[in-house]
Amino acid sequence: MHSHLVTLLVFSALVSTVFATLLRDTTGERVRFGLLAFAAFVLSTLVIGWLTNPFPS
Amino acid sequence: MSETRAASAARDTSRTVAAGLLAWVWPGLGHLFLGRRGKGLVLMGSILALFGLGVAMDSRLQLHLGLEDPLALLFSFAQMGVGAPYVLARLLGYEAGLVTSPMYEYGNTFTAVGGLLNILVILDALDTARGVRGK
Repeated sequence: MHSHLVTLLVFSALVSTVFATLLRDTTGERVRFGLLAFAAFVLSTLVIGWLTNPFPS
Repeated sequence: MSETRAASAARDTSRTVAAGLLAWVWPGLGHLFLGRRGKGLVLMGSILALFGLGVAMDSRLQLHLGLEDPLALLFSFAQMGVGAPYVLARLLGYEAGLVTSPMYEYGNTFTAVGGLLNILVILDALDTARGVRGK
């Protein structure tokens, strides 16, 4: 797994699954919360990556 | 009557301690012990996948116990949160990692986050055993 994007997607999916399982009680709530957390992880990473792109490493 | 109540309280305490310890020894095992089969299996799969992928991505699992490098100490504690899989990976010779690997930092993040999430799982197992959480 050498792709940064795939790594981000896998990490976000696994962490969102744990959060959703711990923080919500019914299956429906867990699915909704998990999808929301997954989207928040991925989008915030892409936005921060885009914003910090001009800065030298 | 009070003897029965005392025996019941002692049993509840033992159950809570056992759930917490099992949850630390192996992710999800505390919930399985408490009869939360689905929840336990999902947590076990997710955390083991995070930790296993981290090790596969050349994460370092070296143990720092001195105070000369507090961040390294915290990092070690975070990784140790995953319990027996951490010990198993070290015994299998994965402790050094590979600092030149392009996935090294990702691997470190995966293993540390896996351990930190398992600490949340341990707390949830304790709450479930005490009856604070329902499902």
